[in-house]
Amino acid sequence: MLERPDPRMKDSRDALMIARNSDGKLVRRPLSPHLQTYRWPVTMLSSILHRATGVALSVGCLLLVWWLVAAAGSPGYFAMVEGFIGSWLGVLMLLGWVAALSYHVLNGVRHLLWDTGRGFAHEGLNGTSYVVLGATAVLTLLVWVIGFAAWR
Amino acid sequence: MADIHITVRRSPLGRVRGLGSAHGGVHHWWIQRLTAVALLPLTIWFVISVFSLLGAPQTAVAAFVASPVNTVLLIALVYASLHHAQAGLQTVLEDYIHQDGGRVVAVLAVKALCVFLGMAGIIAVLKLAFTTGR
Repeated sequence: MLERPDPRMKDSRDALMIARNSDGKLVRRPLSPHLQTYRWPVTMLSSILHRATGVALSVGCLLLVWWLVAAAGSPGYFAMVEGFIGSWLGVLMLLGWVAALSYHVLNGVRHLLWDTGRGFAHEGLNGTSYVVLGATAVLTLLVWVIGFAAWR
Repeated sequence: MADIHITVRRSPLGRVRGLGSAHGGVHHWWIQRLTAVALLPLTIWFVISVFSLLGAPQTAVAAFVASPVNTVLLIALVYASLHHAQAGLQTVLEDYIHQDGGRVVAVLAVKALCVFLGMAGIIAVLKLAFTTGR
């Protein structure tokens, strides 16, 4: 316990981060896990990426429905939507959609395998995280290249 | 060593039903998995199909959608995608919105949006299926 406020405290919140070390000396303790200094385990990255790509793909659903509605609409409206998809913003969204989809599908397969009770060992988790990230890079580039080649 | 025991504060009936505190059991979890498995082949099919439609004229897109197999697969894709998106977004909202009122409103708003988007997509596909080439 601190008897009086420590002069090194700049803020009352610091009280929670100051403690005595084994010599009885007051030391400043780091906030942990501090997001800026904490080294993310790859499993943390692969977990939050699954969620982030899922949210991004939900926005992609909006684009899919918009495209279908445009195809069922007037030629003018379809041309407008095609124009947007062909614009730099539209192409950027398509490229992002492919990357997000590649990751979410590949990592989704990993989730489904976990549901069968497989692949929970610590080393295995790190390993499959890297496999999914690497496979995503390869699949994304492959689909991008085929997409640009097929674009009329 | 002391005896270890766990007290289960749940009636035998409650345990058998397995519905938990949300009274939904594993329904939400199961729907997420079911739609995920359905989306695996549907998405691969869709991405490959879209390669041939990139920059295609509206008549080509309409002809593609109106082909019976494509009509069925597209409706399945739209339905499974939005069902899966709704289930996933609900989980995200339930994790991050801590006020009861705000959470319920957000979950219902997203659900409504997904239902309307799904209906719009399916009706667009059906319209193309029934009107193309006549």
